[in-house]
Amino acid sequence: MATMTLRTPDDTVPRRPLSARLSTPQVWGIVLLAPYMLVFLAFVVYPVCYGLWLARHPASYVALYHDPIFARAAINTLIFLVIGINFKMVVALFLSGFFIQERSWIKWLSVLFILPWAVPSIPTILSVRFMFNPEWGMVNQLIFKLTGEDGPNWLNDPTVALTMAIGMHIWKSLPFWTLILMTGRLAIPGDLFEAAAVDGATWWQKFRFITWPSVRTLYLTCTLLSMIWTLGDFNSVYLLTGGGPADLTHVLSTLGIRYLRLDQLSLAMASIVCALPFVVPLMYFMMKRLSR
Amino acid sequence: MKLPSLKLPSLREAGTEARLLLIGIPVFIWTMLPIYHMFLFAISPKEDAFAGKFWPDHPTLHNFHIVFYQQHYFLRDFWIQFWNSTVIAVSVGVLTLLIATATAFSISRLRVPGGRWVMNLALFTYFIPAAFLAVPMYRTMGNYGLLNNHWSLILAMVTIASPYAIWVLKQASDKLPVELDEAAIMDGATIPQIFRLVYLPLMMPSLVAIGCYALLLAWNEYLYAFLLLSKDTEITLPVALGNFLAADDSPWELLMTTGFIYALPPAAIYYVFKRYMVGGLTAGAVKS
Repeated sequence: MATMTLRTPDDTVPRRPLSARLSTPQVWGIVLLAPYMLVFLAFVVYPVCYGLWLARHPASYVALYHDPIFARAAINTLIFLVIGINFKMVVALFLSGFFIQERSWIKWLSVLFILPWAVPSIPTILSVRFMFNPEWGMVNQLIFKLTGEDGPNWLNDPTVALTMAIGMHIWKSLPFWTLILMTGRLAIPGDLFEAAAVDGATWWQKFRFITWPSVRTLYLTCTLLSMIWTLGDFNSVYLLTGGGPADLTHVLSTLGIRYLRLDQLSLAMASIVCALPFVVPLMYFMMKRLSR
Repeated sequence: MKLPSLKLPSLREAGTEARLLLIGIPVFIWTMLPIYHMFLFAISPKEDAFAGKFWPDHPTLHNFHIVFYQQHYFLRDFWIQFWNSTVIAVSVGVLTLLIATATAFSISRLRVPGGRWVMNLALFTYFIPAAFLAVPMYRTMGNYGLLNNHWSLILAMVTIASPYAIWVLKQASDKLPVELDEAAIMDGATIPQIFRLVYLPLMMPSLVAIGCYALLLAWNEYLYAFLLLSKDTEITLPVALGNFLAADDSPWELLMTTGFIYALPPAAIYYVFKRYMVGGLTAGAVKS
């Protein structure tokens, strides 16, 4: 029997095994694809399924509903995304127009401008944190020197602290988005602007009728992408405010980790699952957009 | 009274320049202040740093001396943590390059069946917010028995870096003409030969960019490092920096000095490879 089956591959064409139906490039293709597929299965599929399984208890959602910190974190996240990101993108769009001006000092400034993105975020966030230290920080000492009065306790006010966390995020990621929007602006043919100048168009008209239509799609893509990534921005909030004061400045990303540290894993996963109905459509949309 | 050689800017030009400066100066201050503040602390003795001065009375390199000789309780494992960061960053860079290059070659050049599907899955992973994946990842690493092992962080970072790496490399290799492969096959080249002799040399700029991207991502990572590693001799530098905050009387001037040292290599890598980074990464980063 064994010899019978061993003999067949050579002459039975229709029922050949899978390996024989594939050409050499395809076999190589599968071999080369294997490492990533292994990583993907072990560190994406398994954790995601496991996480969803952990979040299966309705009791977790009831507990979340009754946890005031969760509601606050959800609102903070919304503020962070809707106000913070849109503000950042408008500034990035504006600055991209500034940085494409042909001046040598602007070239040099753009080299420095990229620094926040090039350096790791931890030391710079901690640097800002100390700068706003109520007693020894540079800011309050300056306020004292100028006005003779003690400055505010910056990070102890939830509104101010959250604003500063958003500012920190903007400081870190503004250069990146400005750079992207610059490439978008530079791709616009220059003769469009020349023609507009001949027709006596104002600065605003040039922006409104030439620049904006050309970069609109890019701008929207960037905004969505930035929103998705900002959901995962843990450092800006955690290292600046630590979620404090009184857990009032948490966002969903720091809250999940907070539950995890408190050993409330199912709550951590449940808080993330609550965000999924908003995040997954965005992720799907972006995937479709980039895979074209 | 003529000024023949001196070309004075017209009033209009001067106005434009002034308006540009009005934007440029705030941008400069906003960008540099946190970095300057860090640098200021690194060269200040403790009294000067805590006095809120804009320049120390007695600038000193003493803080660097303390860090390099590990002469403080918080810094007793500085060099081993530096080493940990280096090993992990380099491993992530190399592993990501290997995996992503193989995948991109397979999808783009060999047109493996289902390749498009793999690309979409990878892209989908790219959009999972990192902090969301961190929670189940932490437990997964626990289940695999990898917690407190450098491999846990290396594998987690490879997972996070790969999707973007694959996407950028695929975009780049789609641009190479198909005729190249066909000509090589006509000459009797095998697939490994095409990969090594045709594909890799042509992809060099993108490979450099992606290698740097993955390396910097791993070097800069805080959240995963902080979750997955905990022993003082196992943690990376950013986690050690975060641990400074545990004490109320943290030596901030030393913290800033360590942070400054920690921030130098990635900044240097970025500026050295800027040509590749900007071309390879931002051009493909967001297609309109």
